[in-house]
Amino acid sequence: MDASVITQPDAPAFRPRRAHAATRGDRAFRWLTAGAAWLVLFVLVAAAASMAWGGRLAFRTFGWDFITGSDWDAVGQRFGALVPIYGTLVSSAIAMLIAVPISLGIAIFLAEVAPRWIRGPIGLAVELLAAIPSIIYGMWGLFVFAPFMANHIEPWLTERLGPLPILGPLFSGPPIGIGMLTAGIILGIMTIPFISSVMRDVFQAVPPALRESAFALGATPWEVVRKVTIPHTRSAVIGAIFLGFGRALGETMAVTFVLGNAHDFSVSLLMPGNSIAAAIANEFTEADSAIYLSALIALGFLLFVVTFIVLAIAKLMLVRVERKAR
Amino acid sequence: MRSIVRRRKAVNAAVLIAATAATLFALFWLVWILWTTVSQGFAALSPRLLTEMTPPPGADGGLLNAFFGSAVMIGLAVVIGTPIGILAGTYLAEYGRRSKLAETIRFVNDILLSAPSIVIGLFVYELVVRPAGHFSGYAGGLALAIILVPVVVRTSDESLRLVPNQLREAALSLGLPQWKVVTHIVYRSAATGVATGALLGIARISGETAPLLFTALNNQYWTADLASPMANVPVVIFQYAMSPYESWHALAWAGALVVTAFVLALSILVRVLLRPRTYK
Repeated sequence: MDASVITQPDAPAFRPRRAHAATRGDRAFRWLTAGAAWLVLFVLVAAAASMAWGGRLAFRTFGWDFITGSDWDAVGQRFGALVPIYGTLVSSAIAMLIAVPISLGIAIFLAEVAPRWIRGPIGLAVELLAAIPSIIYGMWGLFVFAPFMANHIEPWLTERLGPLPILGPLFSGPPIGIGMLTAGIILGIMTIPFISSVMRDVFQAVPPALRESAFALGATPWEVVRKVTIPHTRSAVIGAIFLGFGRALGETMAVTFVLGNAHDFSVSLLMPGNSIAAAIANEFTEADSAIYLSALIALGFLLFVVTFIVLAIAKLMLVRVERKAR
Repeated sequence: MRSIVRRRKAVNAAVLIAATAATLFALFWLVWILWTTVSQGFAALSPRLLTEMTPPPGADGGLLNAFFGSAVMIGLAVVIGTPIGILAGTYLAEYGRRSKLAETIRFVNDILLSAPSIVIGLFVYELVVRPAGHFSGYAGGLALAIILVPVVVRTSDESLRLVPNQLREAALSLGLPQWKVVTHIVYRSAATGVATGALLGIARISGETAPLLFTALNNQYWTADLASPMANVPVVIFQYAMSPYESWHALAWAGALVVTAFVLALSILVRVLLRPRTYK
């Protein structure tokens, strides 16, 4: 075989064809990947649209009453979602009251206290809290934590805080363990890893020169955190909090177990309540009329829109830090 | 002067002690939850878990059909979700880069990553279950795939971007078309990262309950027919835990232990795989 036979006469005609095939392959691959990328956008839009469509009957029938009304009556077919909306916001707020300071503490611990060798394992352990499936939190909450609350924490709260003028009503009622406070605490535990891991990452990304100059001026570790680290990472810290809040708003299974699925409004945090996600999870397969089903899907739409806004704020705050670092 | 210094030091010590306490507080819950799951789950473990079907109320049995259903639906989700996720990640890292479209998709993807999973369940219900008229394993697999995709997109985007540009340039200068550069050179050097993404995605969807509640629903019996409602571990745990029967509670704990052990093992494996980052 003589190689020149192949290359010489054929080459001019052959090469353009190969080049053409290559660009065709390139174009096809590019379109394929672009299509997959567009699919991500499509899912978001389609999810919102399909729920708006599925909930249109409820929105049209009840109008604003759907958000401001508080009776949820499957038999009378009147649906107002105030109680689940209130429950979602209050349980998530309790979660934030717990998760934000704890997460900040963990981030400070990992940045300023922990010796280097222990940072990895501790960070991993905290992140494992996020890996535990939410249904496990729910089961543990129902079988272990709710009885613990009922027997030890809630009687104490009622006794100490119950008689107080403004706070009192929040902590009144029989200690049954299931309710807004228990759900909020569990949500708080669940959101700790999300908030703390972002905080830890941005704390570590603070330029060493900044921290070291503060130390050189005689600042204590806490003063470095308060006057250098946090101001430098402020928007990411806020972003992390919003991220955790978004997670807490949409959390379903853990809350479903311990909220009690009550549709009566009660001020007390010790009483059973409801949340948007829990109401959907509990009632969806039982919804026997078109309007009931539509009301639950409309709830899903509300949840989606609210979490989208919260998570978008979180993302925007976090992107700002990324830009600064770049 | 002295007192100011003493006060600053005292405040500092107090804060650092509080920070340490906060860390211990978080770890305390981890230990408590894991301890409960392990002790309750171990007590309920038995070989019958893998040989018998889910029992009727009050009776004994196993979780065979649920394990099978979960495995099938997770498999389906991986088959649908991983290629889409890798391709989308490829677009972001190789073509889109810092363009407006790519940044928008990253933004949306990150939101989907944290979006409530129950909403995805509702979406698939509207998309598949309602038109088809019945719950099905396909719908469950699709819902899980939608949750898996953003995880894979993000990790493959990140790991592909870690591949140094010189590699691409060297391959291009040899006359390789770009798609071959990506599939033969870039994918190979980012393989660990991309594979980790898939593992991370599996860890994420293995315990997901909410999106399966109204897509795959549940099934007390064995079925290999994806077009019918399918048993799966998370929903079985949910139903059995909420029931008043002791034997069902025990099965729920056994299922919980298996799922938790699986997910935690995967999460730890992912971190071990990711540690030796060659490109930075």
